[in-house]
Amino acid sequence: MNVLLHMSKTLEGISLNELVEIAAIADNEIAPKLTEMGLTKGQKIKAIFKAPFGDPIAYEINGNIISMRKEEAMQVEVRRAQVKFS
Amino acid sequence: MKIALLGNPNTGKSSIFNMLTGLRQQVGNFPGVTVELKKGSIKTPQGQHELIDFPGSYSIFARSIDEQVVNEVLKQPTHPDFPDAVIYVADSANLERNLLFFSQLYDLGFPILLVLNMWDRAQQKGLKIDIEALEKAFPEAKIVSTNARILLGKDRILNELESLPNKARTPFQDSAFHKLTSYADQTKNSDARLQKIRALALSTEAPIQTPNRSTRLDRILTHPIYGYLIFASILLVIFQFIFSFASIPMDFIDSQFVQLSAIISERLPSGILNDLLSQGIIPGIGGVLVFVPQIAILFFFIALLEESGYLSRVVFIMDRLMRPFGLNGKSVVPLLSSVACAIPGIMSARTISDWKERLITILVAPFMSCSARIPVYTLLISLVIPKIYLGGFLSLQGIVLFGLYAMGILSALFTAFLLKLFVKSRQLGFHLMELPDYKTPRLRNVGITVFEKVKVFIFDAGKIIVAISILLWALATYGPPSREQALRALHHDTSFLNAAPSEQQEQENALLLSKSYIGHFGKWMEPAIQPLGYDWKIGIALLSSFAAREVFVGSLATIYAVGDDSDSQKRLVQKLKDAKNDQGKPTYGLATGSSLLIFYVFAMQCMATLAVVKRETNSWKWPLIQLFFMGAVAYIGAFIVYQFLV
Repeated sequence: MNVLLHMSKTLEGISLNELVEIAAIADNEIAPKLTEMGLTKGQKIKAIFKAPFGDPIAYEINGNIISMRKEEAMQVEVRRAQVKFS
Repeated sequence: MKIALLGNPNTGKSSIFNMLTGLRQQVGNFPGVTVELKKGSIKTPQGQHELIDFPGSYSIFARSIDEQVVNEVLKQPTHPDFPDAVIYVADSANLERNLLFFSQLYDLGFPILLVLNMWDRAQQKGLKIDIEALEKAFPEAKIVSTNARILLGKDRILNELESLPNKARTPFQDSAFHKLTSYADQTKNSDARLQKIRALALSTEAPIQTPNRSTRLDRILTHPIYGYLIFASILLVIFQFIFSFASIPMDFIDSQFVQLSAIISERLPSGILNDLLSQGIIPGIGGVLVFVPQIAILFFFIALLEESGYLSRVVFIMDRLMRPFGLNGKSVVPLLSSVACAIPGIMSARTISDWKERLITILVAPFMSCSARIPVYTLLISLVIPKIYLGGFLSLQGIVLFGLYAMGILSALFTAFLLKLFVKSRQLGFHLMELPDYKTPRLRNVGITVFEKVKVFIFDAGKIIVAISILLWALATYGPPSREQALRALHHDTSFLNAAPSEQQEQENALLLSKSYIGHFGKWMEPAIQPLGYDWKIGIALLSSFAAREVFVGSLATIYAVGDDSDSQKRLVQKLKDAKNDQGKPTYGLATGSSLLIFYVFAMQCMATLAVVKRETNSWKWPLIQLFFMGAVAYIGAFIVYQFLV
């Protein structure tokens, strides 16, 4: 049993400057909004700075900075970004 | 032709609007909601067109109140603002996401001009945009590139507008979008669109970068210590301006109107028309214009902060602190500005995009002790609080003044907390927000904002203020016929006959006011204010100070027959100290004085604020709720204090 592998990680929990890839978005009312702001499956995203008290958090996606409250960031499941080697 | 200006937030849409229309703008509200509606006219070789600036939206599906407005207009062709064509503004540096909403509008069939704005910034970022591929993917659309911040591209837009095809437009309600009612369906549709747009490979992919200049700046400006320090210093500068420097133009405006009144009352034949003009209308208009310097200054700074991109960082660092009170990070500027004056403060709440948070901010702002309360506070404090120093250096009067300000702030926060529980919102409370890149503010855009805000205040709120001030003036100036008899009786009074002419005038004025309609009203309501420790004279001062709180002092001076000379304040304090009630006790004891102080901390004693709230919430409902709620808090607070101290 490898529990760790099955534990999913959300945007809320990533550390600063950690590059991740969006794996899934929770199926609730925030999903269309996130999609419209460019957060879709497979997009690369990175936490770049946090507000004092650690909430909200600013993320960089597609060269944009988007600020999200922790509870909103928890709706986005992420995985380690696949780095392309060329 | 009716043209809608649409696009995502932070794309420089308002720069485009300003560039195309200049000062030919009309600012109003969309019917039923308080989303700003800006209309302007543009001229192309073929004629005059109406341009409507819509709030920034990410999608045709409404999430925010701003997007609701857009959706509402596009829903039915019968809507008065249903557009014939669309100018769609996109941020070139962020094209893919910007094209989502564009593709939705394109599919609805609107003749559409795609404006690739901020072209220079895309190039700075090293992005190359494949316009040919874009044209191929959206063959019916016209495409131009602009840089509206430096006014580049106006002619290109106007020329291309001419060549837009005339097409059949499908209103939202008849389109396939209308059937996508579930969140999952909407997500799926948007997701598919984005995938398609990305597949076009329109621009080289923006690499996820190592911290660039903007990010480094952000780390300082959102730093737990420096971030707050910098914000506090900016606020300090703004306050310095609206508190101190604004008084120079304000005094000037004030004196000009006093002079104008004097001239008119001299030149025109005396009579009711003369009085109405010189004492009612002109001071009323002066009372509106006197707010202009503060409004202009505050909006100058706010527009500067917003244009630069800094204001969204303020929201970012204040969000966690304001959240428990149902307030927005952006509430900080309106609330703190209200310490100078609630009017510009409330108007500046428009930067808050969430309706519920904006409403709460507007409703609690007048609790902050504004500068008009200062004359009332100082008069009452010097009257009832002894001049003693605690521990030899801490002035008791100073502590009381501090306490009054603290009470104002705490009541604002506490009320906000209560309202958060009671105010219903149709919106989902998202706080996803873009932090736009920092930009150098354009003075032209800042100037247009200041101009529009001042215009809106003068013409929308100003009407109400002038009307109420004329009403209050008439009530205080005219009285029932019985007043003439009282005046004749006074003229035969021996103490009156023995008095100096200036004192005679003061006594006459005191009698005229106390026997006026407002005087009768004050006496009539005496039973209601007796439990607070007030007599009818205070009642008159309370009523007339609804025009503006500082009028309280002037009204008391008139009632107690104190003239307008330089040491009148001292004489007024002396007279009030000597005043005795029917039982021979001082009228202004500690109990009554404290009760009045509390009353002025809480009561909504300002018609100008009421008028501005009406304009900003687009109905009389909220200003009236505010008036009665604040009145009730003031009454109960003053009652408790008086009964406790008496």
